Amino acid sequence: MTKPSFVYVTYIATTPEKVWQAFVDTDVMRQYWVGPNAECARVNVSDWKPGSRWEHQRVDPSRAVDIVGKVVESIPPRRLVYTWARPSDAEDESKHSRVAIDIEPQGDGLVRLTVTHEDLERDPQMLAGISGGWPKVLSNLKTLLETGRPLPRSPSAT
Amino acid sequence: MDIDKVFKALADPTRRRLLDLLHRQNGQTLSALCEHMDMTRQGVTQHLQLLEEANLVAVVWQGREKLHYLNPVPLHEIYERWIGKFERSRLGALRDLKKRLEGDDDDKA
Repeated sequence: MTKPSFVYVTYIATTPEKVWQAFVDTDVMRQYWVGPNAECARVNVSDWKPGSRWEHQRVDPSRAVDIVGKVVESIPPRRLVYTWARPSDAEDESKHSRVAIDIEPQGDGLVRLTVTHEDLERDPQMLAGISGGWPKVLSNLKTLLETGRPLPRSPSAT
Repeated sequence: MDIDKVFKALADPTRRRLLDLLHRQNGQTLSALCEHMDMTRQGVTQHLQLLEEANLVAVVWQGREKLHYLNPVPLHEIYERWIGKFERSRLGALRDLKKRLEGDDDDKA
């Protein structure tokens, strides 16, 4: 393992199964995973089997793909690992960074969710975008799972 | 997560200094952090422990090295709680103006 670039942790009052579902089920994802300017939702599409490709798609008519990668590990409902790259670098795995999602039950109905992103240092632009993006994704997910409501989203929000 | 712990952890200048050091360079060991701190190793350990309990610092073991990471997720939750969507761009503009006029530096306590 290389040294992680970022480690994000949140505690959510829910079950590991629900957190897992939130990372693999596009119907759940579209309720909390928004783009950098909250202009539209994003979903990660894959069959989530090791070796499969995944795509980070916009939920709008364009269905544009901003990020792609390959599933490395998939152990429901505990651990999901995938690589992360620009679509133009899809074939060049030396340019992929790596995301690990770890879901650990803590007792008392609490789940510790850790997102670790490795190998981002050589891509400062991606690093800057992602370091701001993950905290938002995790706190939106926490709100959704604990209250059952997605965050209020305004069509004109900036 | 207990929000009181977050505010208590942030109420101390030494702990804010540790967060500043991790903000500048993420994933540092205790020894690396101690080099910048004017206190005993034991003192720094205790402050890091409080930051960890408040979930402001996350720890990753790499072999025998314990690496400390700034975890901004609780801060993002505080931000979401009190700052409305429409205020964000205006606040950003004000911050940029203040920074330009004062020559502000992120690490200033």
